[in-house]
Amino acid sequence: MTSSLNARRLPDEADLAQGSPSAALEDETFAGPAPDAATGGEVVDPQAGMHPLVSPAASLLRFITCGSVDDGKSTLIGRLLFETNSVFDDQMEALKRDSKKFGTTGEDLDFALLVDGLSAEREQGITIDVAYRYFSTGNRAFIIADTPGHEQYTRNMATGASQAELAIILVDARKGILPQTRRHSFITSLVGIKSVIVAINKMDLVDYSEERFEEIRRGYQAILPALGFTDVTFVPVSAKAGDNIAARSPRTPWYRGETLLERLETVEPETFDAGAEPFRLPVQWVNRPNLDFRGFSGSIVGGKVAKGDAIVALPSGGRSRVKGVFGPDGEVDGAEAGEAVTITLTDEIDVSRGDVITAADAPAAVSRSFSGDLLWMANRPLIKGGRLIVKIGSAQTPATLSSLDGAIDIHSYEAKPADALTMNEIGRVKLTAERPVVALPYGENRDLGAFILIDPVSNETVALGVVRTVGESEAVAPEGAVAPRSGLGRLADLWLGEAARGSGAHRAEHRQAKIRARIAGSVLVGFLALIFQMPLLLVPVLALLDFLLRPFLAVAFGADRLPEERELDPTVVDEGGGI
Amino acid sequence: MKHMTHLQRLEAESIFIIREAAASAENPVMLYSIGKDSAVMLHLAMKAFKPGKPPFPLLHVDTTWKFREMIEFRDRRAKELGLDLIVHTNQEGLRAGINPFASGSRVHTDVMKTEALKQALDKYKFDMAFGGARRDEEKSRAKERVFSLRTPEHRWDAKNQRPEPWRLFNTRKKKGESFRVFPLSNWTEQDVWDYIAIENIPVVPLYFAAPRPIVRRDGALIMRDDDRMELRPGESVETMMVRFRTLGCYPLTGAVESGAASLDDIIAEMRSSRVSERQGRVIDQDSGASMEEKKQEGYF
Repeated sequence: MTSSLNARRLPDEADLAQGSPSAALEDETFAGPAPDAATGGEVVDPQAGMHPLVSPAASLLRFITCGSVDDGKSTLIGRLLFETNSVFDDQMEALKRDSKKFGTTGEDLDFALLVDGLSAEREQGITIDVAYRYFSTGNRAFIIADTPGHEQYTRNMATGASQAELAIILVDARKGILPQTRRHSFITSLVGIKSVIVAINKMDLVDYSEERFEEIRRGYQAILPALGFTDVTFVPVSAKAGDNIAARSPRTPWYRGETLLERLETVEPETFDAGAEPFRLPVQWVNRPNLDFRGFSGSIVGGKVAKGDAIVALPSGGRSRVKGVFGPDGEVDGAEAGEAVTITLTDEIDVSRGDVITAADAPAAVSRSFSGDLLWMANRPLIKGGRLIVKIGSAQTPATLSSLDGAIDIHSYEAKPADALTMNEIGRVKLTAERPVVALPYGENRDLGAFILIDPVSNETVALGVVRTVGESEAVAPEGAVAPRSGLGRLADLWLGEAARGSGAHRAEHRQAKIRARIAGSVLVGFLALIFQMPLLLVPVLALLDFLLRPFLAVAFGADRLPEERELDPTVVDEGGGI
Repeated sequence: MKHMTHLQRLEAESIFIIREAAASAENPVMLYSIGKDSAVMLHLAMKAFKPGKPPFPLLHVDTTWKFREMIEFRDRRAKELGLDLIVHTNQEGLRAGINPFASGSRVHTDVMKTEALKQALDKYKFDMAFGGARRDEEKSRAKERVFSLRTPEHRWDAKNQRPEPWRLFNTRKKKGESFRVFPLSNWTEQDVWDYIAIENIPVVPLYFAAPRPIVRRDGALIMRDDDRMELRPGESVETMMVRFRTLGCYPLTGAVESGAASLDDIIAEMRSSRVSERQGRVIDQDSGASMEEKKQEGYF
């Protein structure tokens, strides 16, 4: 429970000049190899028989800080970095310089300047963009997304939230819960964060009043039922003065909970457990380095996979079994959600980028339509009938906004009828895609349930959203349609080459064209045989043999397949966008 | 769900980014600066496409002022891994006699790095270039996207960046536009060294302390890597036990006095260090917004 970190006083010039008292530690610990060992220009064996002195952090926590403008988010982050020894001396010197130049804290250091990096931000004293910060405390590494409080930049806050496992919601103790606090809380809940710390900040400005703290706590608890958070803690802090950040403050004796850092170090955020899902692998890349290897690469977003598992590829519906699983370090028996893998299959089925390989007994829905909640992020409004590009997983397809079922009122958290969504509004929508997409409700799968919308002309990312319900599933080829095949069937597939794979009208057309071309080719061979005066009886035999055997030559030389890595998305406008 | 360590999660994230970029690009390239971050990025790219090779060449922008050991290391690694290596130098800059001593760090960097990079990207028509930059390096980099869109003139518009929710990267672009892709965005200096240690990744020996010929100049310890560096009156070359935290052009890269001759020593030293790694770089200190300005002009 107790943090190893103690509140530190602000360093003065003397501290900065002397450097850290622990700086001499490593020289005594290791003599190291002979000093000239590294000068010979040879490859140094980096491990040289030793293990790292301190093992790297065992776990990682990603969190966001959010709240209204001027609630002190940047100051809080600057304070966290400072308390965890994450601010280097040269950065501290720059901070002292900048505090005098831009600072809003008089003689004290303005911690916000540690994180507000863009010059426009420093001049205006506000955070515009998401800033990512990193610190670690012994056994846990942290990635913070410092998100803007301004309503104008809500999209940046939502972006930060989508990657976070926990949110710190800042409330100014003087102002209490503001509309922006409610909006950020809603977006936090929209992207599925379950663990929240409500940090009631600037306690120094309300004389560390327990009554004021309790009043705000009750106010926030009143809005909780609409939000679905399952783990909420309230901490009274002053980011500027350091109260209850790393050490319990003597000025809030009435508070018996954990400090903010203690909470961050020990919390096990309640997140969606992707491991409990059936196996899902959105294919990013078809790995085909040589004729003997055809692997499908991607990061597993649900469940686990092992050699021999039965799978189905969506949306084509092709079925097969897993032949091999390859992790970052080579072949493994199996892999789980979160891991980046490449898998090979026992059958040649139609799989390309954008497809999803799933457990055969629990395929995901494949549909052209789905409903969801989205945050509109563009200057122009979103209206019904708007044409956009939707990206879910690794798949992209043009889509139309088929209905706008309402905009969420951030005061009542209820959907109200709306004709359009303006920037930073959240709406309930239905989308109809041109091609079937593999999607799942966000509550079931965070990766296959999240989407962005892209403007097909400007290419801007104009919305982010979560899937609520998926429309009627489109017919996936019935079991056994593609595999397993008889020996003769496989031979026929080989003979047909690339054209054998997949179904659908254009595939069938391709197959017929291929056969016609081969017949014509064989007739030509027969004709040539005639010209060169071969015995009449041999002419049809020769033509027939050519017709039957020549395709296998293509197989032998690998000329029967299309290079699939570069298969461009036919729906993408020709502007070099690639897939 | 299986417990993944911090480094395993970072590794998986980076591989995801590299695959996403390679699949969306028409003509990708990996900027290889020979430093530790490039070493890690290259290692991750090798993993991402196993058993195949990364489907892109390496590009090194050579200012002709890199440490000799860096160049040797670069050529050896490309050969060992069997990868195509493109080396580009701004020939106009070379002819104009631009160099870090006579022209100053600012002009040298503009012409021989920023301009040279733009030349190379235009020449080969690369539309997606991987870079090893990390968000923890510098304040304006903290706001950089993973897929960072650049105009046909290679400019970065900090105020108009695309949101990147979840890991849904929008890789669409118009003709002439290109992306810089940063697979190590979420790594810290410490993560990089921990990973190098765990994965046994070869790095340039200059990172390890050794006796080297050092000139004290303008408060920095500059290694005299060849005799193009003329001594000013009163200067002398001392042999000092030093190492480098970052690598670049030798006249612009300050060494630190150190006895850290092994990876463990480096990691220990870094954990107790009180100065940031970029402190040794002369170009960052021109002004507070120095890096932001350079990025807008097209610097990586």
